[in-house]
This record gives sequence, structure tokens and C-alpha cells, in this order.
Amino acid sequence: MIEISNSELQDVPVQKLPVEALINYTLNLADTSLILGHRNSEWTGHGPVLEQDIAISNIALDLIGQARNFYQYTAEVINKNQVAFDLPYVTGRAITEDDLAYLRDVLEFKNLLLVEQPNGDWGQTILRQFFFSAYQYLLYEQLQKSKDSQLAAIAEKSIKETTYHLRWSSEWVIRLGDGTEESHQRMLNALQEFWMFTGELFKPSAYEQVAAAMQIGVDVTTLKGAWMEKVTAVLEEAKLPLPTTPALQSGGKTGTHSEHLGFILAEMQFLQRAYPNSNW
Amino acid sequence: MNNKEWPLWEVFIRSRQGLDHKHVGSLHAVDAEMAIENARDVYTRRMEGVSIWVVESKSIHASNPDDASSLYDPANDKAYRHPTFYELPDELRHM
Repeated sequence: MIEISNSELQDVPVQKLPVEALINYTLNLADTSLILGHRNSEWTGHGPVLEQDIAISNIALDLIGQARNFYQYTAEVINKNQVAFDLPYVTGRAITEDDLAYLRDVLEFKNLLLVEQPNGDWGQTILRQFFFSAYQYLLYEQLQKSKDSQLAAIAEKSIKETTYHLRWSSEWVIRLGDGTEESHQRMLNALQEFWMFTGELFKPSAYEQVAAAMQIGVDVTTLKGAWMEKVTAVLEEAKLPLPTTPALQSGGKTGTHSEHLGFILAEMQFLQRAYPNSNW
Repeated sequence: MNNKEWPLWEVFIRSRQGLDHKHVGSLHAVDAEMAIENARDVYTRRMEGVSIWVVESKSIHASNPDDASSLYDPANDKAYRHPTFYELPDELRHM
């Protein structure tokens, strides 16, 4: 049973609730995929070996492709319902997927904190991908049953990609954790860096609660058990300890980000902000 | 020891249209599983294939190019070995 606290929702007019929640919910999915895709793309040309450079770049492209699907749908919902959505440089025309990616500022981004963290070394990038893909797989599995046919369709298409991301990152976690002394040490360090951000995955924001109650979105609290099971099994095989420290960092879903997101957006959004509405 | 190169693998891909696996290139990987994943990432990005074979390059033994004349030239003037005198039935495919 999902409880929605009144204080979180009292500012939103009742009749607008479903659309607002749907927009925020879809943006959360889009932003998370876009930012992790962008982070992974930073490896392009810098991967440890050619084959893995291509692998991580492929994953980056998959995630940015997923983000596009969610942004396109969000734009469609905004335009169709004539929702007042304030974006700079957008006047007298419909909102597009690009506007949503390039013209929203840090406080409006709803991605998970985990995905905006710097890449660190290869081990950190791998572990972040593993934590995320294990979560995203479970999320898409449920989202396929969404009452919103568009979200269900995107989930059904994307889960094939995520299945591979999870397989690839799991194998790398095992390879590095159960590898050399140095790779093991680096994975311990990666656990230390990223574990604190994993709690947010299963801590629903107000719009996620509404979306779940409407059976449009997934109740993320229900994913935690299966996620822990998968993570425990892989870490065990990798001879890495399951962290016991609390994972308390959160806020990304409602726009409270670490300082890193601003730098990502500065790089990613530069062109559209310097030359508004330019095309190529 | 840590700088040891990963072994080389040869990659064969079966395309959607074909029945046979064709050699497409090579790559480095620590084991067969990783070689298949790398092959998937490197050689099937544009929907080239539906099946992948990998084999460690060191397991492949090749004929010596210097022997080409003695190995292949003798077949040159033996046209009677070509089954060109048969009519192929329509039911026979993949020839």
C-alpha cells in the first residue's frame, strides 16, 4: 500500500496531479539515463583497451537512446496537455526532446545522485554501472506492466539493452574483485565511494509514489530485496564484502544534486545555451 | 606480470542471410566468454550477425603462402572436377 503524504502534494491542484506526476516521473527516468550515458561517454577514446572502450561507448549510446525515448514522450505529454513548462529560448513553438535535455538547469534535473558521480577509475565506473543496471533491470521488468502503454513499450524495448549491461558489468565486477591485489583494492575503494548513493534508488519521491499509486510507475521500494540478492551474489563471487554502512545520500530525484552535475550540464548544454535554437 | 597482453582471438560471425560463419577480424580478451562479449560489442554494432564463434588465434594453423604454387596450381587445368554438367533441381537451395 502506498502512502502519499499530504504535505508533499498540497501545492499541486488535484486535476493536474496525474499529468504533473507523469511528467516528473518520466523526466526522472530520462535524466538518469542521460547523465549516466554522458558519464560513460567520457570514456570514449580513453578506455583501458580498445574492446572495452567500444563496450562502454555502446552502453553510453544505449542509455542516451533510452533517455531520448523518455524525453520525446515527456515533450509529447507536455505539448498535448498544454502544460505551462518554463524553458528559456522556447517561445511560440512546441517543446522538443532537445529542449528538455539542454535547457533545464541543475535544480530541475531529477536524476539519481549515483549516476552523476565522477567516473573515477575503471573499477569505479564498472561498479556504478553494475549497481545501476541491477536496479534498472528490475525497474524495467515492472515498468513493462505500466498502465501507460508508452512507458511500458519503452521499458520492453530497453530491458534487452539493460540485460546486457547487467551481464557485462557483473562479469567485470567479478573479474576485478577476484583479480589481482590491486584490482581488488580498487574495487574496495569503489564500494566505499558509491555505496552511500544506493539507498536513493529505493527511496521514492512524491511523484514516484503518485505514479506508482496510479499504476503508471513502479513502486521502487519493492525492488530492494531482489537488488540486494543480486548484489550480494555478485559481490560474493567477486570476493568483495557487502557494505554494511548506511546508504543515506539522496536528493537527486527532487533536484538536490552534488556539485558534479553542474559541471556535466555546463559541458553538455554549452552549445544550445550559447547559440539558442541552433540545429545541425 | 600485470602488463601481460591478453590473448588474441579470431572472430567469426554468421549473418542474418548466411548459413556459414565468416571470419570478420580479431580482438583481445582474457577468456572465451569475454571474447564473445567483445565480439558482440566490436563486430555486431550494425546488426551484422545472429551468431558468434570465437577461437584463440594460436589454435589456428595456416598453410604457408610459399607453398601456394604446389598446393593450388595443380588444380588449375582440371575442369572435369567441376560438377558443371548437372542440372540442379529447384528444391535444392544454398548451392
